[in-house]
Amino acid sequence: MKKLNEMKLTIPSRSVNEGFARSAVAAFTALADPTVEELGDLKTAVSEAVTNCIVHAYRDTCGRIKIDAALYEGGIIKVRIKDFGCGIADIEKAMTALYTTAGEERSGLGFTVMESFTDKLQVRSAPGRGTTVTLTKYLNRKDAK
Amino acid sequence: MKIETAPNGRLTLRLTGEIDHHSAAAMRKTADAALIRFRPRELVLDFSDVSFMDSSGVGFVMGRSKRAAAFDCKTAVCGLKERDRRIMKLSGLESLVAFYTDERKETT
Ligand SMILES: Nc1ncnc2c1ncn2[C@@H]1O[C@H](COP(=O)(O)OP(=O)(O)OP(=O)(O)O)[C@@H](O)[C@H]1O
Ligand SMILES: [Mg+2]
Repeated sequence: MKKLNEMKLTIPSRSVNEGFARSAVAAFTALADPTVEELGDLKTAVSEAVTNCIVHAYRDTCGRIKIDAALYEGGIIKVRIKDFGCGIADIEKAMTALYTTAGEERSGLGFTVMESFTDKLQVRSAPGRGTTVTLTKYLNRKDAK
Repeated sequence: MKIETAPNGRLTLRLTGEIDHHSAAAMRKTADAALIRFRPRELVLDFSDVSFMDSSGVGFVMGRSKRAAAFDCKTAVCGLKERDRRIMKLSGLESLVAFYTDERKETT
């Protein structure tokens, strides 16, 4: 797979950066001429992943979030969102729809949204070390989700 | 957010802009203050002017509908765009909250 373009971004886990992060990824992705639909889907998925770093990984502290995005030949876009926060002990359980550890203002749908709005979702995590979420989206494909 | 009240006990909250974890905090405060102040019989959350939402929008609706239900106030959501409706649907909220696809549906 030939890499055509890439970008890297490091931001502190402040909630004001949620909008910035998803817009930055959208601006990068827009260079690959996606449909409005595809762009919106990816934006939503990125928002979920970044928000999780802020709400869960670093909770009441502030830490670093690394985002890198790459565009590959054939219109494949990969976005990796990485934190160095608390990590997830049971990833499968965390990814279950409606499962949340954060009380009544959170719906437990973040991972479900990431899954349904991208073509591939990969989650790697180690308790105490952090979490890396990788989103893959195929652009300009008629059979795409 | 625009707040409209009707004589029949309906409170309409017209949400504006982007709903994420960051913006939801202020929206929650405004909405809950309005709920306490007006004690409506029906709460309508109008998403017509929402340009973006993620699952924080679902949490917002869940939270408000629970508070409203505590004093027998029903909640309805209207004006959702296609993607936002898909997100709401994932939550199973439809058993608790009425969803209208069109803008500012008359609900009584
Ligand atoms: N980056 C992360 N670091 C640590 N824990 C995480 C992280 N991301 C998710 N989790 C855990 O996984 C659970 C499920 O995440 P998910 O995004 O699906 O739902 P939520 O964030 O709880 O609610 P919502 O996204 O609907 O607001 C979280 O409640 C949290 O316990
Ligand atoms: Mg989440």
